Amino acid sequence: MKILGLSAKDTRFLLIVIFLTLATPILLQPFPEGSGLATFNAGYPDLMQRFAIFGIFAIGFNILFGLTGYLSFGHAAFLGVGSYTVVWMYKLLDYNVVWGLPLAVITSGIFALLIGFVSLRRSGIYFSILTLAFAQMSYNLAYSVLTPITNGETGLQVYSSDSQVLLGASEPTTPHFFGIVMRDNFWQPNFGGWQFTFNNGYYFTAIIAIIVFYISLRIFRSPFGLMLRAIKTNQTRLNYTGINTRPYTLAAFVISGMYAGLAGGLMAAMDPLAGAERMQWTASGEVVLMVILGGAGTLMGPILGAGFIKYFENIFSKINDQILQGWFSWMPDWLSGLLIEISHFFVGKSWHLTLGLLFMLVVIFLPGGLVEAGQRIARLFKKKPPENGGKGSDHHPQPAPHVAE
Amino acid sequence: MDAIILQILNGLDKGSAYALIALGLTLIFGTLGVVNFAHGALFMIGAFVAVTVQRFLGFSFEQIDPDKTDFLGNPLKVKVTYVESWFGPEVGGTIVDWSVPVAVLVAIPIMLLVGFVMERGLIKHFYKRPHADQILVTFGLAIVLQELIKYFYGANPIQTPAPSAFKGSFDFGVLVGFDPNAIIYPYWRLVYFAFAVVVLGAVFAFLRFTTFGMVVRAGMADRETVGLLGINIDKRFTIMFGIAAAVAGIAGVMYTPILSPNYHMGMDFLVLSFVVVVVGGMGSLPGAVAAGFLLGILQSFASMNEIKSLIPGIDQVIIYLVAIIILLTRPRGLLGRAGVMED
Repeated sequence: MKILGLSAKDTRFLLIVIFLTLATPILLQPFPEGSGLATFNAGYPDLMQRFAIFGIFAIGFNILFGLTGYLSFGHAAFLGVGSYTVVWMYKLLDYNVVWGLPLAVITSGIFALLIGFVSLRRSGIYFSILTLAFAQMSYNLAYSVLTPITNGETGLQVYSSDSQVLLGASEPTTPHFFGIVMRDNFWQPNFGGWQFTFNNGYYFTAIIAIIVFYISLRIFRSPFGLMLRAIKTNQTRLNYTGINTRPYTLAAFVISGMYAGLAGGLMAAMDPLAGAERMQWTASGEVVLMVILGGAGTLMGPILGAGFIKYFENIFSKINDQILQGWFSWMPDWLSGLLIEISHFFVGKSWHLTLGLLFMLVVIFLPGGLVEAGQRIARLFKKKPPENGGKGSDHHPQPAPHVAE
Repeated sequence: MDAIILQILNGLDKGSAYALIALGLTLIFGTLGVVNFAHGALFMIGAFVAVTVQRFLGFSFEQIDPDKTDFLGNPLKVKVTYVESWFGPEVGGTIVDWSVPVAVLVAIPIMLLVGFVMERGLIKHFYKRPHADQILVTFGLAIVLQELIKYFYGANPIQTPAPSAFKGSFDFGVLVGFDPNAIIYPYWRLVYFAFAVVVLGAVFAFLRFTTFGMVVRAGMADRETVGLLGINIDKRFTIMFGIAAAVAGIAGVMYTPILSPNYHMGMDFLVLSFVVVVVGGMGSLPGAVAAGFLLGILQSFASMNEIKSLIPGIDQVIIYLVAIIILLTRPRGLLGRAGVMED
């Protein structure tokens, strides 16, 4: 079966992704409410929305970093621009996200065009530092001089004094899409202890995520994508053959900037607030972590990485002493006390430590990220000598060095 | 004129810190070819060595003071630190007061050790990996170190006072012939600047005038040939890594009276130090130092009210702006040599 100009294999792949995305509220809720493992459930709207949003962010970042090898440390700036745009549209027009989101993509695209045009004059670590410098500049300015636009530390939000010219009398006063209110749940069934939540906002983001995933799939398979890969493998050789690589890298940069802007806009669509801390360089670092952890240059990698990090951020930081004691209560006192002490390093407020360790381990042992881990396990089961990664390698190309040197 | 001198002075202490960190970064990059994103964490660890030393020196026990009584006539219990009881109140009190300089002595062996362990345990395996991998793994390490410090010391900044002899400010303007109260400058910042100059001088002298330094410089220029001469260059580079770690560490120790240590200070300084290194020219030691002071001073000029009213927000972005301009007009940085990190 082939749809939308994809090969049979890609069609199957896309269908699997669509199924997983749409079934997320069920799949992430494997444990009944009230059981000891209910802590690990992740099927609540807020978290699922973040999975989808950061998935979009990471997919976009992967188009730049995974394909061309240019490591940007400033993509959070575009995220922030997208958020601010959408909140401004709330303030000027009304709460319908349909005005803000396309504009968020356009403004962040223009922003990316400007920054990319300058930054892409250099490559390697210089490119990283340039993007970092631009993002930090935007962050600092958003906090200081641009306060009339960004509302500084308070964060941009809608006040009752704002014009909101399109706001009708019966319209919802929270973000909505032609009347579908983002934060409402359209179905909350309870099957014998299993509580599922189907949320408007999640499905809105999920459908957008599927669309942008499809676009990224097409980019990966297109001649343009091939050209980007060639830039990663050997830019010098491309230059010698008379090809000007700048337009290609710039296009990749702008596309990934637009993805980031869309993700930022969606963040504001879930919660009508935009703050400058979204532009800080740590936020840029986070998306780098996601893509690397999942597997740079692969299609599934960024989504896996984003889901993985957001899941652990929520679940690990939620685990407290009470829950730990519940788990270890069957052990002798001294042992459970010791285990709780050790766990303190990794859960609750210190989950970043777990993240850092995990990230180091991935970079050291699994440069291809979670996708490579999956491939290795799959190979173990096939019991075949690894020849070029087996059949599945079309979807998950072998990791190449990250930076063209 | 006095306003200009004041701004230059204000820029010196920050510039010194940038220069010291950037020097270490450049040393590591020049010798091992590794981009170390964990260098800011080393600066932070140094600062927390100062906090720890201060706490250790503050350990005390209660003792009955035979001379004093409380208001009921009972003998009064006073807290005496162990250091004071061992060395007597005179010497002991001075040691407690001078906890930051004492911490420098403690920090040097600790930071050397941390540097050796880091290099042998982790960095060694990344010589041949792409620069992006080095950046990523050291970035992960920086997160881990930062979170460990946060776990043990909490998230709030911890006050670490300077010795009382250097507390407060003095009138620098009078010394050089200006009106009184024109240039008021804190003592400790001047101490920090002098300290930075001494450390920078020591590192340069070490590289310039010792045989060890000569070998290291030769290794930076052509590692393979030095190896072919039968010199174990890897061992020397490891030692240089330790020295770079120690420089960052003591820079952090001495900075604690200026900025109360918190767990994210390393990252804050790291980003700026990287900008400094790139502006100075990747792999150039004098470039790193010059750019450190230059950017520190530029930053303090940009925060003058006169300039801020002329170009609003310039104080927030000046460093990055300078970095962007320099990177685009002088691709190798101020003093960079050809062929370093070029594609």
